[in-house]
Amino acid sequence: MKVKLRNPDRVVDVTGPTTVRGVLQELGIVPEAVLVIRAGTLLTRDEAVSEDDDLEVRPVLSGGARA
Amino acid sequence: MKCKVCRGHAVVDIRRHNAGFCQTHFIEHIRNQVARTIKEFSMFGPDDRLLVAVSGGKDSLAVWDILLDLGYDVTGFYLDLGIGGYSTRSKEAAVAYAASRDAKLIVRSLAEEHGFTVPELSKLTGRVPCSGCGLNKRYEFNRAALEEGFDILVTGHNLDDEVATLFGNVLHWNVDMLGRQAPVLEEKLLGSGPDSRTVLVRKVKPLVKIAERETAAYALLRGIDYIVEECPMVEGNTQHRYKEAVTLIEESSPGTKHQMYFGFLKRAASRFADDSGAADLVACSECGAPTVAYDDAEPRCSFCKTKALATKRKLEGVPARRGRKRR
Repeated sequence: MKVKLRNPDRVVDVTGPTTVRGVLQELGIVPEAVLVIRAGTLLTRDEAVSEDDDLEVRPVLSGGARA
Repeated sequence: MKCKVCRGHAVVDIRRHNAGFCQTHFIEHIRNQVARTIKEFSMFGPDDRLLVAVSGGKDSLAVWDILLDLGYDVTGFYLDLGIGGYSTRSKEAAVAYAASRDAKLIVRSLAEEHGFTVPELSKLTGRVPCSGCGLNKRYEFNRAALEEGFDILVTGHNLDDEVATLFGNVLHWNVDMLGRQAPVLEEKLLGSGPDSRTVLVRKVKPLVKIAERETAAYALLRGIDYIVEECPMVEGNTQHRYKEAVTLIEESSPGTKHQMYFGFLKRAASRFADDSGAADLVACSECGAPTVAYDDAEPRCSFCKTKALATKRKLEGVPARRGRKRR
């Protein structure tokens, strides 16, 4: 399946079928630090994903200046 | 996973609550959490005029969205920091959101107000970009709130922001900063009796109980088109590294962030209580903002000192200086 990563934007391949947890584990991403999106909908970490899916892994932790 | 409320299909899992939520009940959960936070910390009432500092990112747009839905009188304030295409796109996100909700938005530009952008300020003064940016934002948010007659300044700081700051303050034992870390920073006055005037507007953080992952999920599920890209000047930022470190612990021990921050508020914050009362403060001789007097005959606030240095170097044509790597 195609997995879009951000900052910088890029696409990587992950073999399915697996779960959201499996995808993140393979990519070495901490689940608590991202949202996983399929067709505009959020997925929980136990959700099954297939080879045909297009996913986006969107980071949620932002840095920067304290105001 | 099933929604803990309706047993429908869950789209968000919150491990520290050991719960899943469908879209409808997640949005309801977040809105209720924020409403409870506002009440618990007596942040503001229905008659207060609120100004929310908006960056175009998920947190500030989410808090604006929630406060509008809760029926508060809330206006957005966007400060253009002049960080190239990033600022252009973040302003577009703020303007588009305001238009989508028919909400009031005030837009100001740092370059138009003071003659420099955040990148220019960093080059001219050698100040770390995030440090200069924070100084400008604190100053301009407060100035806008005072000038436009708002009672309360709202920011989108979430649980992760507060935990990362607390983590950093403990690592370095910044006891002064620990004394000032709270969900509500009270208004500060200068002078006494009828001559007193507000110099720092009351500042509140209604998202302190909401983790950053939850504000992102809220924004996405509400269809808020926030700016996903990071500020190009933030790479390697200390605050970001602290967030990553604490998130790793949260992953293996859900609830750690909440325990750290709210445990601090309940059991430790009073030991570092802020004692920098108005008696220690005087008005900046240039802009009237509060500052510490020391022994200066003409005290100037940090913003005015930094602005004066930047303006002087710009006029002198001083070559660009490289900022420190640490942010």
